[in-house]
Amino acid sequence: MIQESNTPLWKLDGAKPFIQIKNITKKFGEFTAVDNVSLDIYENELFCLLGGSGSGKSTLLRMLAGFETPTSGQILIDGVDMADIDPWDRPINMMFQSYALFPHMTVFKNIAFGLKRDKVPKKEITERVNAMLKMMQIEEFANRKPEQLSGGQRQRVALARALIKRPKLLLLDEPLGALDKKLREETQFELVNIQDELGVTFVVVTHDQEEAMTLATRIGVMGNGVISQVDEPRDVYEYPRSRFVAEFVGTINIFEGRVIDAQTDYVKIASKEACSKLFVNHSINCAPKQKVAVAVRPEKIKVSRKKPDLAYNCLYGKIIDLAYMGNLSIFRVKLESGKIVRVTLPNLVRENQNPLTWDDMIYLSWDNDSSVVLIS
Amino acid sequence: MSNVTGTFWLGHYNTIRTKFNLLKSIRWGRLSVISIPSVWLAIFFFIPFLVVFKISLAEPAIAVPPYTDLFVWDADNAIAEIKLKFGNYLYLWEDSFYLDAYLSSVKIAAVSTFFTLLIGFPMAYYIAGKKSSTRTLLLTLVILPFWTSFLLRVYAWMGFLKKNGIVNEFLQAIGLIDQPLQLLQTDFAVYIGIVYTYLPFMILPLYTTLEKLDGSLIEAAKDLGASPVKAFFLVTLPMCMPGIFAGCLLVFIPAVGEFVIPALLGASDTLMIGRVLWDEFFQNRDWPMASAVATVMLIILVVPIMFLRTGKNEEKQ
Repeated sequence: MIQESNTPLWKLDGAKPFIQIKNITKKFGEFTAVDNVSLDIYENELFCLLGGSGSGKSTLLRMLAGFETPTSGQILIDGVDMADIDPWDRPINMMFQSYALFPHMTVFKNIAFGLKRDKVPKKEITERVNAMLKMMQIEEFANRKPEQLSGGQRQRVALARALIKRPKLLLLDEPLGALDKKLREETQFELVNIQDELGVTFVVVTHDQEEAMTLATRIGVMGNGVISQVDEPRDVYEYPRSRFVAEFVGTINIFEGRVIDAQTDYVKIASKEACSKLFVNHSINCAPKQKVAVAVRPEKIKVSRKKPDLAYNCLYGKIIDLAYMGNLSIFRVKLESGKIVRVTLPNLVRENQNPLTWDDMIYLSWDNDSSVVLIS
Repeated sequence: MSNVTGTFWLGHYNTIRTKFNLLKSIRWGRLSVISIPSVWLAIFFFIPFLVVFKISLAEPAIAVPPYTDLFVWDADNAIAEIKLKFGNYLYLWEDSFYLDAYLSSVKIAAVSTFFTLLIGFPMAYYIAGKKSSTRTLLLTLVILPFWTSFLLRVYAWMGFLKKNGIVNEFLQAIGLIDQPLQLLQTDFAVYIGIVYTYLPFMILPLYTTLEKLDGSLIEAAKDLGASPVKAFFLVTLPMCMPGIFAGCLLVFIPAVGEFVIPALLGASDTLMIGRVLWDEFFQNRDWPMASAVATVMLIILVVPIMFLRTGKNEEKQ
């Protein structure tokens, strides 16, 4: 069990949220971009809003920044209603997706821009900007224009500019979107370190679930203007509450079926698709014979050539596709019902004497606690 | 064996030849693209300029054409004479009339350019902020006046501004004035004429830069604590400098040499170099003097612009 002092704020009863989003709706004409969203974000969190394009995540972020006015609902930051506060007066800074660096200003002037607006004395501006340049390791670029920088350097300048005013809340719109894969991974960890060091609350918008997983303390999965699930990354992945979340985060196999037996500590499901009875060791709130779906992650599935001695969760099929990825291999197995199951296996040994290959018939199985039942 | 070598050499030769031809065709392609405007400029700008410059060094004469030759060949004595008269240029400098005309033209052009910018910028800003279908319509409206002859439009302004014209009648009708105002044949009318005529030349380049302007830059400025007014002056305006520069040049240059507008709308004492030129040519029939005036005008206009341009390019590098 986690110790009391390390318990994250969102798990404590009565903890005061730093950002309170209350029943926010935003409509553009007939189109509802954000639909009655309520969300609490706590101090020092690195909260990720994860969703595809058109999910409303960017609109929600822009409402926090003040660039969009909610059609209805309320946003409180540190207990203060933001409705009548203009973007330039909010204790919030934003890092834009395209970075939005001022092309006619040097790196130094870009970073100093926010401080100058606050009429900070010149000497202090120089000191603070220089400290920030040092922290971001971009001191040698101080006098360059943004167009003379690489993507990674621009990203640092944008982050420096957004952090220089020491905002209580930093909004990041796809912060790593414009970087290549290697740089992305490095920067992800750096971003977490910076957040930790400065103790600023971060709200990150991203469509990249890997990015959300590595960065976030909690993830809010968004689709069609609604937040479907808010949880820690592990819970979002292991215990998706809906089909939408299960399918959006990572890959997952879903078997349709009907409940045949539901008890307080388990559910039995008959699935024609799986050609097997399925057993899940958690309870659900359901009617008898209700249509449900069972979801299993590809890496939770075990593979064997011999029939395992199991009454439930045991499938049989033919390998129709396999891909060697280095650290793991991906198999696509076709069941009798025609359903295709995706399985990933780690490549534990270098040379397999009897490797699984195309057209092999294999048994698939998984533990009772490896799957989840999805009602919606 | 020899056959094989032969084919090899032939093949080699062919690749070299194709490479050579490719290079040649690239060079030709580039040349032909540049050559059309270059030839155009040479025929219709540079050569006429040299002719004008040549005339400016001659003396007026009662002849056709009404100036002396620079180059005289005396066949009897076998003497070639070249006569260059720089007196016209000296006279331009000595007679304050010409200097006044230049200064007055530059002043009128500068003030007009300023007002065109002042009126054109909000218009361009407004158009650039509209959605694309509305933008096309508004831009068409901006260009629409070009479908009517420039001369007719200036005449129309005479109709507006004259003693019993629309403006005066309207002001009298609403009781703002008792007596009609002297609007026509004033500097004011010249300003109105120039601003009206050249406004599209200001709006179009401004619109192009404003339309390209990344909206997130202004949002970033606001996000960092700049009020909308501050964001405009610190981000929008500096980002528009290329458009402002282009627009001002497009208005200022033709405005300096403007003849029709001051002639039709201006007072008899509205001094502009275009009118001086006209008078020298057609009133005094002093072609060399007129040519000198034209040459100096060109230098006054082109040299500072060239400096500005190179300065800008260096800044970019």
